[in-house]
Amino acid sequence: MSKKVENKKSEISYSGEKTAGGIELTKGAVIRNPGSTKNYKTGEWRTFKPEIDQAKCIKCGKCWLNCSDAAIYKDSEGKFQVNYDYCKGCLICSKVCPVKCISYKVEEK
Amino acid sequence: MAEKKVISGSEAIAIAVKLCKPKVLPLYPITPSTLVPEKLSEFVANGELDSQMVYVESEHSAASALFGAYATGVRSFTATASQGLALMHEIVPIIAASRFPAVMFIANRALSGPLNIWNDHSDSMSEKDQGWIQLFCEDTQEAFDTILMAYKLAEKENISLPVMVCADGFVLTHVYEPVTIETQEKVTEFVGEYHPKDYLDPASPKTFGAFAQPNTYFEFKEAIQIAMQEALKEIPLIHKEFAKTFGREYGNGLVELIEMKDAQYALLIAGSTVGTAREVMNELRKKGKKVGIIKIKSIRPFPVEDLINATKKLKGLGVIDRHVSIGYEGPLCTDTKAALAKQKVKVSGFIAGLGGRDIDRERIRKAFDLVIKGKEGEWLK
Repeated sequence: MSKKVENKKSEISYSGEKTAGGIELTKGAVIRNPGSTKNYKTGEWRTFKPEIDQAKCIKCGKCWLNCSDAAIYKDSEGKFQVNYDYCKGCLICSKVCPVKCISYKVEEK
Repeated sequence: MAEKKVISGSEAIAIAVKLCKPKVLPLYPITPSTLVPEKLSEFVANGELDSQMVYVESEHSAASALFGAYATGVRSFTATASQGLALMHEIVPIIAASRFPAVMFIANRALSGPLNIWNDHSDSMSEKDQGWIQLFCEDTQEAFDTILMAYKLAEKENISLPVMVCADGFVLTHVYEPVTIETQEKVTEFVGEYHPKDYLDPASPKTFGAFAQPNTYFEFKEAIQIAMQEALKEIPLIHKEFAKTFGREYGNGLVELIEMKDAQYALLIAGSTVGTAREVMNELRKKGKKVGIIKIKSIRPFPVEDLINATKKLKGLGVIDRHVSIGYEGPLCTDTKAALAKQKVKVSGFIAGLGGRDIDRERIRKAFDLVIKGKEGEWLK
């Protein structure tokens, strides 16, 4: 039972700006386009940056399976890679790797 | 035709709500607001009101269901008091930040402890900073009328803020007075229908109550403040329309100035105490004292300009608070002093009526007397 009533009046810009930090300032902070969490790059939180040594990697997929943020993916060549847009640097991947091919260093920004 | 009935304040409020046709009613009883949900459930049970009652298990749930009802895009209502409002505290600012035009009736009652069921303003005053408009009422007719104005105000697109309609517990909720009940046609025409732009709809999914980071939270809060300032302009306009439609008025909707034209001294009061103060004022005027009353109806938004204009010729102003910000003074007094910082008038703060202690003529006489003598305020125990 969706309602057909649409308010024709335009959105009022309350703070004089329609966006802040690249985000639309809707009334009541309503998000009209679902899936917006993808726009939030949690990689900015990272202190430690994991790096996969592809020469040592046996492609077992344990890092991919254990990553809490689904920030490890398989590329077109079948190699496991870290998506640094979302990797928060928890280093679970490094801990679970059976061949210890995931090293890390302090993130430099 | 409108009809005049002798009914309790609670029944007057319940009838006003019924006339505004809320679709969902999450209600939880608490003294002295209980008679309002009781009457509303009666209206639903006997078919007078087509609404979904939600039998929630606490006030926290009542406020949460109020949020949920508004997220689905329908008009709703709840009523509470004291600890009930305190338990709602977590949800209260979320409803405001979501810009849901909810209306809630507060039967003003002292906050525990010690446990006390009687009237003061500590419950709603403790919530005044959370983005809700707060309108106080002097009598039951005003409470009836304020409910109608509250829905209209809250739902204005440039406002979109929730409103607390506050009336003194027992003093107004349990008193029987003649109340003019307006017709359904007239009320519907005045209040209008509610059609929000955003609501939960599986055909067009949206997120309500989203997370805001440091880069947007500030702006969303600022938006509420701006809407609140808009309400300062909107309240008098809605009040004017109300007065034109129904023939009753309460100052300009923000403040009512009583005998203030030639007044040299005045008391600033919210709620039912204004009624007693009117009597004392008349008594003093007969004795030649130029005294008046500023009845403050809107606590949030705070009508700074109106107060400045009303006090330009005053020598002394007493503010009667029925709540105290412990460690400082009455919050209404603090706000008034700040608003009048550049004025010459001396402001004296009085604390009165805590936990249902009577604010009788004697105490109001004393307040006027101290203000006239240019003295500091006192706790009118």
